[in-house]
Amino acid sequence: MLDLYIPGQSALHRLAPGWKILGLLLAGSLLFALDQIGFSLLLGAFTLGLYALAGFGPHQVWTQLRPALWVFALIFLAQVLFVDWRVGIFVIIRFAVLLLLAGLLTLTTRSSEILDGFEKGMAPLRRFGVQTEKVSLAISLTLRFIPVLAAVVQEVREAQRTRGLERNLVALALPSLIRTLRMSEEISDAIDARGF
Amino acid sequence: MKTKDIVLISLFAALTAALGLIPQIMLPIGVPITAQSMGVMLAGAVLGAKRGSLAIVLFLGLVAAGLPLLSGGRGGAAVFFGASGGFLIGFPIGAFVIGFLFDRHRGKPPMLMSILYVLVGGIGVVYLIGVPWLAEVAALPLEKAFIGSAGFLPGDAIKAILAAIVARAVRRALPAL
Amino acid sequence: MIELETVSLSYEGRSVLHDISLTLTERRIAIVGSNGSGKSNFARLLNGLRLPTEGRVRVDGLDTRSAGREVRRKVGFVFQNPDNQIVFPLVSEDVAFGLKNQRVAPAERDRLVKEILTHYDLWSLRDHPSHNLSGGQKQLLAIAGVLVMQPDYVVMDEPTTLLDLRNKLRIERAIAALAQTTIVVTHDLDLISDFDRVIVFDRGRILADDCPGPALRRYVGAMQDA
Repeated sequence: MLDLYIPGQSALHRLAPGWKILGLLLAGSLLFALDQIGFSLLLGAFTLGLYALAGFGPHQVWTQLRPALWVFALIFLAQVLFVDWRVGIFVIIRFAVLLLLAGLLTLTTRSSEILDGFEKGMAPLRRFGVQTEKVSLAISLTLRFIPVLAAVVQEVREAQRTRGLERNLVALALPSLIRTLRMSEEISDAIDARGF
Repeated sequence: MKTKDIVLISLFAALTAALGLIPQIMLPIGVPITAQSMGVMLAGAVLGAKRGSLAIVLFLGLVAAGLPLLSGGRGGAAVFFGASGGFLIGFPIGAFVIGFLFDRHRGKPPMLMSILYVLVGGIGVVYLIGVPWLAEVAALPLEKAFIGSAGFLPGDAIKAILAAIVARAVRRALPAL
Repeated sequence: MIELETVSLSYEGRSVLHDISLTLTERRIAIVGSNGSGKSNFARLLNGLRLPTEGRVRVDGLDTRSAGREVRRKVGFVFQNPDNQIVFPLVSEDVAFGLKNQRVAPAERDRLVKEILTHYDLWSLRDHPSHNLSGGQKQLLAIAGVLVMQPDYVVMDEPTTLLDLRNKLRIERAIAALAQTTIVVTHDLDLISDFDRVIVFDRGRILADDCPGPALRRYVGAMQDA
């Protein structure tokens, strides 16, 4: 499965995902709770340090920020028009720091580790009747069937293209959906047949 | 929850991801539409409140874990902190509301009601969470944040109508879901 | 021994099987019949995936209605489309699934998984995404996932229908090598020419129950008359 993770040996790569998630939530809350440009800049510098520590250069920082550039532009424009350009700069800096921090979690942690973390984090919910093995099964099933359904959607698109319907969303969604739902019967039989 | 329900939740999460692979479709009137957010509306309308919202929670969980499953290949924790993070959080709640409204009918609700339900859950609820979130992260007054989001309304409204049509057709083809 | 006693089955509002009584003891049994003859639902009765509307099904004396879990442990089931049967992203995870459900200890689980994957030439692919296997490899994986649980009986629902000729032959060899009592629903008449018993279904009833030669003559004759 495609993953946004970039392999590495740094301390950040090795740190348990739980701590990284906790750190991200804490930093994010502080950014909004303190609401000061000084703190945002400080945290921004710290974040860039972490990128260096993880072995990522300016290119990686840019890759994280690039998709958000048009949002930055819109926010800045709105701030200039409605509020104050200085607030605009502050908001964009705060925003960029948050995106970089969150991106760092994704870049240094395998998605499978985070998913394992989710499953472990759910263990206390057992007491409230949540059946965690069902959650694990659901995660595995989804990963298993994304490529299968991508192939189904692709087939439907090709079939509709021959009829000139490739821009018709109903003609794309409806057959894909019906094929998906038809599969569900046999898949659940197959799971039960193996003693789940 | 039966095995069949777990399978349906997983398949819908996977289908929502698969729909993200379809490139944006430009409608004749110049409104771009992604098939993926239709997956959210369909989850509620087809699977009902509980299973529909869980399917979307599962999908977003995989996105948060770092899989690039959002349309355009986006993913990771950052998308939840971005400008549209509130809309993502609103998705499963919207799916729940759509499902709740559909579940009140045995079989399928009349066409106009179906469209209304998808509009309420898929747009009303989602914007109710998405817009204040945007206002907060962009430090904008609420009404300005709304104006900033309003550009997506026509596309979302068309999607809601299409989702209602598809959901009704599915409920007719497979009544014993 | 699998016994059916005056079994009828209605499924999704339609009556699909009528008053069937059978005792299955042979080592190789084929179920044939046209589409919609009820043979797939019949197969699903044998391990309790479907429960009879009337009558009862017993596996070694266990009623599928009251002892579903034990019956499913005894009777493995291979489906027509391996894509719907493989439920984990990685090859080895999928084979381990049934063993986890049986609460087999991890060390023993790993040993059994390795043994079966080696047997079916899939060990080198153990960490591969199951999605990327060929059609024949997927069907072998599906069979491995069932056999690793060491069932006493194996039921297969059209295991070669979706395969090309080369993969069909591979699966046919795998079926021939099974030690278990095997019941195969199939349209593949080559596969069953040396089976011990062939049961022909037509519109939910048994049309013929004999050795392959005479049973298949009845089947072909009935299809030509229809």
